[in-house]
Amino acid sequence: MHPALLGLLTIAVGVTGCVGYFYGANLLLDKVLFPPRGPNAGRNITRANMIRPWVFLGPAILALGLYLAYPVVATLILSFQERLPGGARGFVGLQNYAKMFDEPKFWEAMRNNVLWLIVVPATATGFGLLAAQLTDRLRWGNIAKSIIFMPMAISFVGAAVIFKLIYEARPLDVAQIGILNHLYLTFGGDRPQQWLTIPFWNNFFLMAVLIWIQTGFAMVILSAALRGIPEETIEAAIIDGANPFQIFFKIKIPQIMGTIVVVWTTITIATLKVFDIVFAMTNGQWETQVLANYMYDKLFRANDWGIGSASAMIIMLLVTPILVWNVHNARKEMR
Amino acid sequence: MTTPAGQKPLVVWLLNLSVIALTLLWLFPTLGLFVSSFRTSEQITASGWWSSMFPAEQTVQLRVADPDENRIETEAGIFVVEGTVFGDALAEVEIESWGTSSRAIDAYRPGDTADLGEGETLTLNPDGTYLWRGGDDQISGRAQRLFINATMPPDFTLANYEKVLFDERNSEGMLKAFFNTLTVVIPATIIPILIAAFAAYALAWMDFPGRALLIAAVVGLLVVPLQLALIPLLTFHNAIGIGKGYLGTWMAHTGFGLPLAIYLLRNYMVGLPRDIIENARVDGATEFQIFTKIILPLSFPALASFAIFQFLWTWNDLLVALVFLIDSSGQTTVMTKQIVELLGTRGGDWEILATSAFVSIAVPLAVFFLMQRYLVRGLLAGSVK
Repeated sequence: MHPALLGLLTIAVGVTGCVGYFYGANLLLDKVLFPPRGPNAGRNITRANMIRPWVFLGPAILALGLYLAYPVVATLILSFQERLPGGARGFVGLQNYAKMFDEPKFWEAMRNNVLWLIVVPATATGFGLLAAQLTDRLRWGNIAKSIIFMPMAISFVGAAVIFKLIYEARPLDVAQIGILNHLYLTFGGDRPQQWLTIPFWNNFFLMAVLIWIQTGFAMVILSAALRGIPEETIEAAIIDGANPFQIFFKIKIPQIMGTIVVVWTTITIATLKVFDIVFAMTNGQWETQVLANYMYDKLFRANDWGIGSASAMIIMLLVTPILVWNVHNARKEMR
Repeated sequence: MTTPAGQKPLVVWLLNLSVIALTLLWLFPTLGLFVSSFRTSEQITASGWWSSMFPAEQTVQLRVADPDENRIETEAGIFVVEGTVFGDALAEVEIESWGTSSRAIDAYRPGDTADLGEGETLTLNPDGTYLWRGGDDQISGRAQRLFINATMPPDFTLANYEKVLFDERNSEGMLKAFFNTLTVVIPATIIPILIAAFAAYALAWMDFPGRALLIAAVVGLLVVPLQLALIPLLTFHNAIGIGKGYLGTWMAHTGFGLPLAIYLLRNYMVGLPRDIIENARVDGATEFQIFTKIILPLSFPALASFAIFQFLWTWNDLLVALVFLIDSSGQTTVMTKQIVELLGTRGGDWEILATSAFVSIAVPLAVFFLMQRYLVRGLLAGSVK
């Protein structure tokens, strides 16, 4: 029970500390440094109001800077360095990158990541759109939505166990307990397959896990977008004699295109960072390596910080276009 | 909503069927794990989980009672062992056939007497009672094997949960991992909310130079992969002396959760009515009072949304725990790591795997179903602009 007590204590200390900081800093500002009375009352209030935002923002800026902004720079620097005898680090230019590009395992990870990036966002968004469109018309649609959305709450590791059970293979002469092999044999397969060890195709069996998890997310957001479509546009189409498919593809889809892009990019980012699924199910064996797991291998198994950081920078590079696009949109909106 | 009046019944049927198919497809994987966690390892290997919910014909292999302890000498040199198969479950079991060798498991009907050679016999009756009869050296040593083909009722057990959670000898120790996960999750959920709420208020309702830039920075940091943070921060934690442990993990989760927290809360707070805040300012309320008395209570839905996100994310996390928490002593292992370990060492023991996985999934699922409304609201606020 020791760690639990420690946890409780930390919650108490952390929460009191946070509240105490904000309360105390405000008190200091208003009562001691710039009290709103006396000859300089007006000037003091202005000054206090100039400082206050930074008091409120302080801890957040500190945490964001230290835990997200600084590591980007530090990783970039690490990727140009190698470990020298004695623990020091020396500048080696692009050598880490050159070494990494010479490794077949890296290109395998790149190829698989591209495959993931093509298949997962498209399939998850497609299924999500289908589910959103179909369930919106049903009375029991909300129950169906809940069930499709549910995998969202399940950890990648939990999902890995769930799908390993599905892909489980047993010898031909005993009962199959993995449903995939059971169906495969029922519909004419000759022998049970070890699905996760079939190079190339095993990538798709791993992707199925992420698609299963992300479809609910796509469905929830697209379903809200579909509901937001003005009724008149659809009524007009019906009066003009459009069939349901024309209404869906020519009237609805164009109107929710913006949302589809947002869903697509969000799933793309999740896909880029995929680690747990591969780590738990194959650990990159049988040609299923992906960048995040390759990086983890380099950092913590091979203990090669140079190449590990270089591969992390590749992930960062792949995210950057989306980052720029998001910031651009956010700024446009604020204006 | 868009259904034109008088749709054809066939279309409605097709619609219902396809949604049912889609829903089942999404439910099936989890259901398989759930059902498997209530079956014994023999049941799991004997048949697929999907057949466990109906009475099914199964071959059960067992031995009759131990002859050395149970045999009775009925006449000179003739011993018998009597007993009943299936114990309490007998009433619901229907014996189809049985055998005494793995090469002929359905050689006999219930009520038949098997001739085991040299006067040794075995009788299995339809009511499950058996009589094994033979000479002194025949009715001794190892008990006779029995293969029974019977239609068995669905049979589920809680034994796996008992084993995984409470068995003292059990090295898997999911209970400890459960509490470790809890220890990580609660502070890692509460602290970022506090920090983010203040920051979001400043970004939403205070005017100061650099505000737009900060908001843009938060949006940018939303997508920065946390993979980049692993080595620099681990080095940093070692440098300031906290090393691997809970404190560093809480701080890491706080840092990684903040962009989304600030973004969600700011978007929500900006939408609060301006009048309320202006009026309060005119009435002489300080910013601190406005924040705690007006903004925080009004922002409850957004706070709840983020709390659920952060809870799910920290509970389900593996990478941060691997890097910042779990040291070589293994005392601070979390459930996700424990399950990965089990996948490696107990890959075939599905009763352990399924139960452990379900223990770790159960809490997030409960939170999901209880707080789904807030989760959906948070998702919509977080991604649709």
